[in-house]
Amino acid sequence: MAAARFLWASRVASRLRISVAQRGFASVVLKDLKYADSHEWVKIDGNKATFGITDHAQDHLGDVVYVELPDLGRSVSQGESFGAVESVKATSDINSPVSGKVVEVNEVLTESPGLVNTSPYEEGWIIKVELSDAGEVEKLMDSDKYSKFCEEEDAKH
Amino acid sequence: MRGGSLWQLGQSMTRRLAQSDKKAVSRRCFASDADLKKTALYDFHVAHGGKMVPFAGWSMPIQYKDSIMDSTVNCRVNGSLFDVAHMCGLSLKGKDCVPFLETLVVADVAGLAPGTGSLTVFTNEKGGAIDDSVITKVTDEHIYLVVNAGCRDKDLAHIEEHMKAFKSKGGDVSWHIHDERSLLALQGPLAAPVLQHLTKEDLSKLYFGQFQILDINGSTCFLTRTGYTGEDGFEISVPSEHAVDLAKAILEKSEGKVRLTGLGARDSLRLEAGLCLYGNDMEQHISPVEAGLTWAIGKRRRAEGGFLGADVILKQLQDGPTIRRVGFFSSGPPARSHSEVHDESGNKIGEITSGGFSPNLKKNIAMGYVKSGQHKNGTKVKILVRGKPYEGNITKMPFVATKYYKPS
Repeated sequence: MAAARFLWASRVASRLRISVAQRGFASVVLKDLKYADSHEWVKIDGNKATFGITDHAQDHLGDVVYVELPDLGRSVSQGESFGAVESVKATSDINSPVSGKVVEVNEVLTESPGLVNTSPYEEGWIIKVELSDAGEVEKLMDSDKYSKFCEEEDAKH
Repeated sequence: MRGGSLWQLGQSMTRRLAQSDKKAVSRRCFASDADLKKTALYDFHVAHGGKMVPFAGWSMPIQYKDSIMDSTVNCRVNGSLFDVAHMCGLSLKGKDCVPFLETLVVADVAGLAPGTGSLTVFTNEKGGAIDDSVITKVTDEHIYLVVNAGCRDKDLAHIEEHMKAFKSKGGDVSWHIHDERSLLALQGPLAAPVLQHLTKEDLSKLYFGQFQILDINGSTCFLTRTGYTGEDGFEISVPSEHAVDLAKAILEKSEGKVRLTGLGARDSLRLEAGLCLYGNDMEQHISPVEAGLTWAIGKRRRAEGGFLGADVILKQLQDGPTIRRVGFFSSGPPARSHSEVHDESGNKIGEITSGGFSPNLKKNIAMGYVKSGQHKNGTKVKILVRGKPYEGNITKMPFVATKYYKPS
């Protein structure tokens, strides 16, 4: 499984930016996305936002065994928890990087929570919201800032 | 820290990810890292990709390059080598070491055949558990025991206090704490075949619970056929200066099939085996009877008592305990420590003390305590996780069948 992930990461990274972390395996950070300091990524498409947790987050969490998804129609606020991701050993809150209304949840994660590990930016997306305040996106980090942020965090461990 | 709850440990790891106040978190980490004790295998772990975390005052590997899930499965398919040198091994010696220990534990130590041991519980005056321990009667004048790392100071102070009193009355007992030795645990189907390559003694004659002092890989080791995973395996006490060589030899002889395994997988394995983790499933206020360890209270001891808290425990044996430790399966997110257990009508009947996702069974498993009367297998329950109830049912343990090496 580690080999498959490395190939995927190399493929993605060769198309986009790659961030070199302290460990042997590079944590992938994608150029077109925005990032929260609680390790969620956001993809903005007009007034819709898709998000999930980053490669750095899933790597630290370990094998994801359960994802707690919010109800459709629920409102979320920037920086607040709306669900959780569980690994074998621990539970981690997922914080919303932007405020809005939940319009879609990734039901596939109920059967296959491991997608968060194998494809955190693609098949492992968690929810889609309708933005209530497009300005909030300015508060998020771009890929360069987030890469540095991850390096600094790892260095402290 | 409550005797080292690995779930709490995992929580502190992931809380770091969500922390907005990053500086405060990293400052705390820095301060504690410098004070952590290191085992003889510390550099070896780091060289093998070990992710080191603080545990009971030690810097221990929670996992290596493989995931906790893969590591747990590998133990049962091939085998695992654990560094458990943080645990405290000690020897009690003297003519009266057996009657002395019997004042502190529930086991029938006198009744153990030489070279045999058992899991036991150190009790307090209220009949609660101070710690659980594997004790071995090497001879009538030598007992070897291992206690939990998180309880080391507490246990040693307790033993010392009682030893002083016992000696002042003329008893002949002394102790030696084996800080010159390191404990390694080798578990899984390949444990015996691999270890056999490293010793001339015939391991097929050493059964579950038995002990031997023998030469392994060129040094004198204390070997007990026991473990914390439910698999066949051994705990090897080796002189610390030879610990790295022994670890290397074990890994080499297994041709890579036996893997260095961390505390994360160790916790998943013991949970699958239905074994208590002191600090979670057993605590000062829980008796061995409530914890389902009545089998560990020797028959003679049930009649005679003579250990701390015997009056409370003997009464529980007579009347039945008011709460009992049971296993659970559940749907939804894994049930974790402190999750409430309700009956189908929503009345609280108990609490989870350990839980997680079982890598071998691929489902949620948990253990906890429920009111006696509600503890039968198959009882349907609701477990509250983050405020929401999820379906569950009580089941017997172990969750994964044990494979202890016993005479047929």
